[in-house]
Amino acid sequence: MDTLSAALDLVASGDAKLVSIVLLSLTVSLSAVIVAALFALPLGALLAVGRFPGRSILTVIINGFMGLPAVVVGLMVYLLLSRAGPLGPFGLLFTPTAMVFAQAILVAPLLAALTRQTVDDAWREYQEQLASLGAGAAQATATLLWDTRFSLFTVLLAGFGRAIAEVGAVMIVGGNIDGVTRVMTTTIALETSKGDLPLALALGLILVTLVLSLNALAFATRAWAQRKFG
Amino acid sequence: MEEIFPLVLSNVGFAPEGVALLENINLRIDRGERTVILGDNGAGKSLLMRLMHGMIQPTSGSIEWAGSRERPAAQSLVFQHPVMLRRSALANVAYGLALAGVPRSERMDRANAALSWVGLEHLAARPARMLSGGERQRVALARAWALEPRLLFLDEPTASLDPAATREVERIVSAIHKAGTSIVMNTHNLGQARRLAEEIIFLHRGRIAERTSADLFFRQPQSAAAESFLKGELP
Repeated sequence: MDTLSAALDLVASGDAKLVSIVLLSLTVSLSAVIVAALFALPLGALLAVGRFPGRSILTVIINGFMGLPAVVVGLMVYLLLSRAGPLGPFGLLFTPTAMVFAQAILVAPLLAALTRQTVDDAWREYQEQLASLGAGAAQATATLLWDTRFSLFTVLLAGFGRAIAEVGAVMIVGGNIDGVTRVMTTTIALETSKGDLPLALALGLILVTLVLSLNALAFATRAWAQRKFG
Repeated sequence: MEEIFPLVLSNVGFAPEGVALLENINLRIDRGERTVILGDNGAGKSLLMRLMHGMIQPTSGSIEWAGSRERPAAQSLVFQHPVMLRRSALANVAYGLALAGVPRSERMDRANAALSWVGLEHLAARPARMLSGGERQRVALARAWALEPRLLFLDEPTASLDPAATREVERIVSAIHKAGTSIVMNTHNLGQARRLAEEIIFLHRGRIAERTSADLFFRQPQSAAAESFLKGELP
């Protein structure tokens, strides 16, 4: 009980350390989703609309990679960025940039797979109409992405939810350095093992609240769009 | 404006994976026609229309517009269930114009004019998917009409509509015809065929059983298949 009230005090007092950790978490995960979306949304749409050899295999691989273990992604990115790795000379290991990179790789398959599913459903409905109106492949893809924009927004929220809640990838490539690469999940892991339960619990409460809010936002967006646009 | 008539189908067949869905179709559509394609479900009406429209290619025979195999722009198709994009009714009409390469500055005026023409100017700003079935079909007619087609295909445009909405669609189709556009329409509704057709093409099991003036068709069908179709149909 003491732990809980101490945790609530930390949240209520707006503890500076706590705030900086939460802000870094949000910045890293939001950037990761934006970076991943730049590649994953067009890729997902291409898999839905395009007809090219290897499409089925690529779809299966991407669907499978939705469940990629975060620590494995962390390890791969670590090997890429470590001093001896191919991207070693850039000196990115143990920086927030490395964490963005790792989380982007982690959520990209999720975004691509969900985008493919969303666009594919719309494509089945729209295909004949768009062909009749004379839309080329690029125009059809742009139309589908725009027309499924509300569903795709909830896809992005799902990606953000996965990124902000993972611990393995950011721990490995960020190094959990105090004040530099320490985010909510890695702090919880560290403080719990150190026995500083109030800080861990405070972050845990914030994280759970955040994830719940994201889901509520996704739900509300869908309901609103359904009412407004059908 | 480019000449698109006559539309001529010569020995057209469609047999995906060896299954003949349409066979030996010979057909000519001219300027100013108002032709209704009748036939049972599965006779191949929708397929024939998609072939003529150019959405799919025949597996045998040829389709020519004024002697050319090029698919002309001045023809459009209205589906039984037209897809409305998640945007306003007006934007749906403007979308067709954008795909047709109409400059941005002209699109809104033309889209507005087309919507007024089908009597929906008061719903221009409404999200198209929230409109009733009849209103959606009128938006689809406006979207097709805005493209200034010389030939308009309609694939069972009223099959899912109530009588009032059906009357409205038929009124618009007649007005489009009066404005100089040829009409080719699928239906299995005999009353509608009587009201709208000058010519009847009767399709039976993937072949044209007969092509007759509407007047003669309903008095004295020329094929056994059409005769039994007329007898079997509910009034």
